[in-house]
Amino acid sequence: MDGALLRSLTPAVLGILVRRGADFAAAEDAVQDALVEAVRVWPDDPPRDPKGWLVTAAWRKFLDATRAETARRRREDLVDAEPEQGPAHDSDDTLQLYFLCAHPSLTPSSAVALTLRAVGGLTTRQIAQAYLVPEATMAQRISRAKKTVGAVRFDQPGDVGTVLRVLYLVFNEGYSGDVDLAAEAIRLTRLLAAAIDHPEVAGLLALMLLHHARRASRTDGGRLVPLAEQDRGRWDTTLITEGVEVLQAALARDRLGEFQAQAAIAALHADAPVAEETDWVQIVEWYDELLALTDSPVVRLNRAVAVGEADGPRAGLKALAELDDSLPRYSAVSAYLHERDGDRRTAARLYVEAAEKATNLAEREYLTRQAARLNN
Amino acid sequence: MAKYLLLKHYRGAPEPVNNVMMDQWSQDEITAHIKYMNDFADKLRGTGEFVDERALAQEGTWVRYDGEGRPPVTDGPFAETKDLIAGWMIIDTDTYERALELAGELSAAPGKDGKPIHEWLEIRPLYGNAPTITE
Repeated sequence: MDGALLRSLTPAVLGILVRRGADFAAAEDAVQDALVEAVRVWPDDPPRDPKGWLVTAAWRKFLDATRAETARRRREDLVDAEPEQGPAHDSDDTLQLYFLCAHPSLTPSSAVALTLRAVGGLTTRQIAQAYLVPEATMAQRISRAKKTVGAVRFDQPGDVGTVLRVLYLVFNEGYSGDVDLAAEAIRLTRLLAAAIDHPEVAGLLALMLLHHARRASRTDGGRLVPLAEQDRGRWDTTLITEGVEVLQAALARDRLGEFQAQAAIAALHADAPVAEETDWVQIVEWYDELLALTDSPVVRLNRAVAVGEADGPRAGLKALAELDDSLPRYSAVSAYLHERDGDRRTAARLYVEAAEKATNLAEREYLTRQAARLNN
Repeated sequence: MAKYLLLKHYRGAPEPVNNVMMDQWSQDEITAHIKYMNDFADKLRGTGEFVDERALAQEGTWVRYDGEGRPPVTDGPFAETKDLIAGWMIIDTDTYERALELAGELSAAPGKDGKPIHEWLEIRPLYGNAPTITE
């Protein structure tokens, strides 16, 4: 039973149903039902044409679900109208689904949930487990999201940027529970990259691949390992090679965007055989590019770290002094730069402050350990 | 997308505006209060923001390790304990502002004379996962 194949067919099948006239919410339910049936039936009776099987099964589920008198009349019309089907539409359908599931009228959490279900083919239970909420809560979130986009026309052109932001959120949530959200985000971004030729889609895919390549080395028994101390022998060179290739092809298009610039920074890190050989000067240049694109305070903060490496801790602290000290991770960056500048006392105090402001346990522990190391 | 704990205190919170103990309310006022709380939780189930809620008994006991092979030491309850948690609700919202808005709504539960209690609730963010991309 090939679960991955099954899930990869989800968006195309859903697209066909919607194109045949099924409304999105009902079609989405029907596809989920068909997936469940496939999981039950396929092991003993594998279909020759998995997609055709799913379309037939999902369409039947859809018709079953619209049994009321008025619906029956509508169904007859639909059956008369019959299939406008065919592989030519697949990638368009998939793309439209991404747009719909990331529609600007949705909140980020709703867009994420709907994308994982309607495009990713995950069950509500899996999504609920991944986000640590009760299944009933996630079911409501998805059902409301479907209602919200119910009136949106399926063939409306959408904004790739909103889709990318949703996929980025999924990737950055990482790994909790049974569902590997990072791997799922990569799969969905690959699928999107196949459906649309867009340098920022490629940029995000490259960014994910380059970060995913470091996953095994990022923690050690649950403890965070900072980039400089990671065992680079454990980095996944296949993913790095692919990430760099995807990025280079995107950059060659000469339409720079945020994700390409971030991926370029990740590629420069990946390129250094040891931390000391990192090309920080080039990294600072990429942060300048990124600032020109976004002017985000978080980028300025990261740039201060890079400046500290390229031009020394004093220069880093100077860059930091221009920023608002209430920024997340400001104290952590300041602590790091002060230690490099030889001021262990200030660094220890700032690490304690940074630990108090951490928003997750792994970072708090890491920062507390840094303070303890300097105090002892 | 983050989770927040809304803590309700038996003791330890600043005094609410409508500060009349429940045993001084009418039956209908108590019913209205409980209905408000239940409706609030149901509303959050409907919006997909509800995670958990529990109420805690008033009396608790302090416990600590007392060395190898010995049973744990217990003590209390202490009548003078300043802070006493009455219960909690965990919500999952898109923004901190939304969490504040909901806490404010919960605090408006009716008390004596059907007027909002204006009870002080403590809101505490839960730790999330460490993000993958930080640099």
